[in-house]
Amino acid sequence: MINLTINGQQHELDVPDDMPLLWAIRDVVGMKGTKFGCGISQCGACTVHLNGTAIRSCVTPVSAATGDIRTIEAMADDPVGSKVQQAWLDLGVAQCGYCQGGQIMNATALLKKTPEPDTQEIVDAMAGNLCRCGTYNRILAAIERAAGKEANS
Amino acid sequence: MSHSDDTLLLANVSRRGLLKGLAGGSALLLAARWDLGLANEQAQFGAGAMPGGWVDNPNVFIHIDSDGLVTIINNRAEMGQGIRTSLVMVAADELGADWKQVRAQQADADQDKYGNQNTDGSRSMRHWYQPMRRAAAAARQMLEQAAANQWNVPVHEVRTGIHKVEHPGSGREIGFGDLASAARELEVPGRDALVLKPDSELRFIGKESGLINGELKSAYPKAIDGKDIVTGKAIFGADIDLENTLYAVVARPPVYGATVKSVDDSEALKVAGVKKTVRIEGTGQPAAFSPLGGIAVVATNTWAAMEGRRALKIEWDNAPAGDNADYTSDDYRKALETAAQSPGKVIRQSGDVEAALEEAAQRVSATYYMPHMSQAPMEPPVAVVRIKNGEAEAWAPVQHPRATREGIAGLLEMEAANVTVHQTLLGGGFGRKSKPDFVIEAARVASEFEGQPIKLQWSREDDIQHAYFHAVSVDHLEAGLDEDGNATSWRHRTLSPSITSLFAPDPKHKGEFELGMGFNTMPFSIPAIRLENPPAPAHVRIGWFRSVYNLPHAWAIQSFAHEMAVAAGRDHRDYVLDLLGPGREVHNLTVGDGWNYGEDPDLYPIDVARMRRVIERATEEAGWGRETKKGRGLGLAFHHSFVSYTAIVFDVEVDDDGKLTIHRADIAFDCGPQANPERIRAQMEGSCVMGIGIALQSEVTFKEGVAQQDNFDKYLIPRMPDAPEVVRVHLIDNPNDAMGGVGEPGLPPVAPALCNAIYAATGKRIRRLPVGNQLS
Repeated sequence: MINLTINGQQHELDVPDDMPLLWAIRDVVGMKGTKFGCGISQCGACTVHLNGTAIRSCVTPVSAATGDIRTIEAMADDPVGSKVQQAWLDLGVAQCGYCQGGQIMNATALLKKTPEPDTQEIVDAMAGNLCRCGTYNRILAAIERAAGKEANS
Repeated sequence: MSHSDDTLLLANVSRRGLLKGLAGGSALLLAARWDLGLANEQAQFGAGAMPGGWVDNPNVFIHIDSDGLVTIINNRAEMGQGIRTSLVMVAADELGADWKQVRAQQADADQDKYGNQNTDGSRSMRHWYQPMRRAAAAARQMLEQAAANQWNVPVHEVRTGIHKVEHPGSGREIGFGDLASAARELEVPGRDALVLKPDSELRFIGKESGLINGELKSAYPKAIDGKDIVTGKAIFGADIDLENTLYAVVARPPVYGATVKSVDDSEALKVAGVKKTVRIEGTGQPAAFSPLGGIAVVATNTWAAMEGRRALKIEWDNAPAGDNADYTSDDYRKALETAAQSPGKVIRQSGDVEAALEEAAQRVSATYYMPHMSQAPMEPPVAVVRIKNGEAEAWAPVQHPRATREGIAGLLEMEAANVTVHQTLLGGGFGRKSKPDFVIEAARVASEFEGQPIKLQWSREDDIQHAYFHAVSVDHLEAGLDEDGNATSWRHRTLSPSITSLFAPDPKHKGEFELGMGFNTMPFSIPAIRLENPPAPAHVRIGWFRSVYNLPHAWAIQSFAHEMAVAAGRDHRDYVLDLLGPGREVHNLTVGDGWNYGEDPDLYPIDVARMRRVIERATEEAGWGRETKKGRGLGLAFHHSFVSYTAIVFDVEVDDDGKLTIHRADIAFDCGPQANPERIRAQMEGSCVMGIGIALQSEVTFKEGVAQQDNFDKYLIPRMPDAPEVVRVHLIDNPNDAMGGVGEPGLPPVAPALCNAIYAATGKRIRRLPVGNQLS
């Protein structure tokens, strides 16, 4: 049995140790906000927080996911996450939206560690999150807005 | 298709004149009436000529609850272009609804009820703007009539406020919710009785909001799925959660047309959670929208299914694939380059090109290559299907609901009426999800599990290796210039496998709709022109990729025009403005294009003045002509596609190590009237970034019929550091022409503009995409 703590809730799952956390969250626990994009840690759509750090759940075995797991579903109640979400809405960042949960998780982790990142720090931190719609300039502007800077993409 | 004398007459008395001022108050009414003159059955062009045509019945699209909640049905696929917001916004504005009390509901697949739902070709807004306004105007007039009846006053004394009807004479008012049940009982007003709102009363349509070139004018509140997206609640294909679901993945033949020779699934069945394997018969070539065949592994979760698939031992039979199993990209490129040296099927001709080339003071010649690409939407193909009691129900992110429904019905040999297709949000489409093969696969697997939902998930490897690939292309151009550098002749040979090879024996030549994407519609004014299309066979599934054949055509033509300007020693902008010649309207039929994106050439000619205007605007905004330091340069390209006009200027820098920095992009865009400028800007910004990937990174190559890239570590697409530092979008204020497309026309000029900028910065000419490491 695997014990996971997701958004403060305990889940006891009968899954193999090597099952990626992504599939445990999606198919077993049944929370759908965390997305499958590549399965090899190349796109960031599956990003969640493990003990405050952004990780790729598609390559993290459930056996290694010990501690406090947070998903996009918890961000509305997170002081930094909710600010990031609001900036995303204000600037109309999302197009299809599929990658944006992962983008927001990554951006939130960044701002928790570096509350006032400069442009290069944002670009470096977000380089692992793909968006096929090409919303990067708005993502950058939204992170700056959430950090309290003017939008100036 | 035949047309009546009436439509011919209309064509001759300038429908365009009637449609001018589409966004203007009284002109809008005229525009609406124009559409009324062409019932679906009579229409030769436009929305009415599409399968299923248009529908403008308010009872189909607009529902108002007694508590005032307005539900507007969206019949088009939402894949990031924002149509669920923009089209609903159009109706809500015309209705007079309070945006906070509006919600969107996605239509199931039902062409008879909802009209055409095939979300493709950048058609949604230009085909549905008027029907949705009419539907909403009819609903509003029914609410007004219901209020007038209740107050016992003439209807002309009442007016619609925001979410209510008012009687100014007496100061009375009633909310939409309180009028809904009475209004619903009324007859729908005839189309000729509809009065659309004048511009002055519009609150949303055509209004700028949100982030405009780095400045937030006002927060953008209208994204109808915005909150769900940022909180993780938006429902994409894989997010459908039904009880008792089983999960499937499929091992498909690596070579197009190959089949399963033998399979040993014993190890797969030992994987914890794996329930069963299912053999899917491929339908051979041409594949159309049918599954490729293979072995499905069905399990209690996606991971178990993937593990089971890894444990399969399959021997493939390449014999049915024929020479597809020999398909190797390098060899194929060389073969096309050789074929490009010989004349091909003549597509368009004026003057004597060969003689003009002979007499030219200077000849310019170049060959351009664009590789296969995979659409690679962030959401890989996925579908949920349940078959129960002779009925099928599917939930899927599809661009083409009707083809999905009919495909499932065909596979299961049931009536389409017994198939329900619910359309989820699409996590990107870009043409990939126009093909419902993945839903039909899911239906095939579900047919083995009566009553049990099957969620069939494509991995990223599946998606990239088994795409409907963007056609590889070779374009060979040659031009003659006189002593002053002016073009006297232009010969262009274009070679690409055709999408029509997907549906019929490979014609080896491009079809009319493919040539019409910027090849024969090339608007330069040159005395001698000869356009040819030598043959090019298909060896993989070729399919629509955002902007389709406009990509190679624009890439080649716009690069070559720059090469001509360089050869002539002239400024690129001045030179292409000369090539275009004076503002004029080029009728598509006069250049051999009988397609014109399905639109009436009288309404949508190739308008050279509009082309010139976007070039002038983009270059002005970019500061064209300014001095740049060594290693820095500006590059221009422009293109007409999906009946809209785009020009882009890039400002780039390349350092001594070949590292490229894109400082800025200035995009000028003219789509005629703008329904939702905010989302138009978003489409231009996104096209710019996607196009940078086409220019610099993205390529699928084949070796002996097998795709050599399978995930984002090898098939590269842009990341944040690849985006321009600054993107500026300059929308041309042009309410007077007919409405054009938005989702695709931003993409074609990106790659050539970027490569032209690289040339300006470095003197290095790129003729083969992607750029990759050619700068180092």
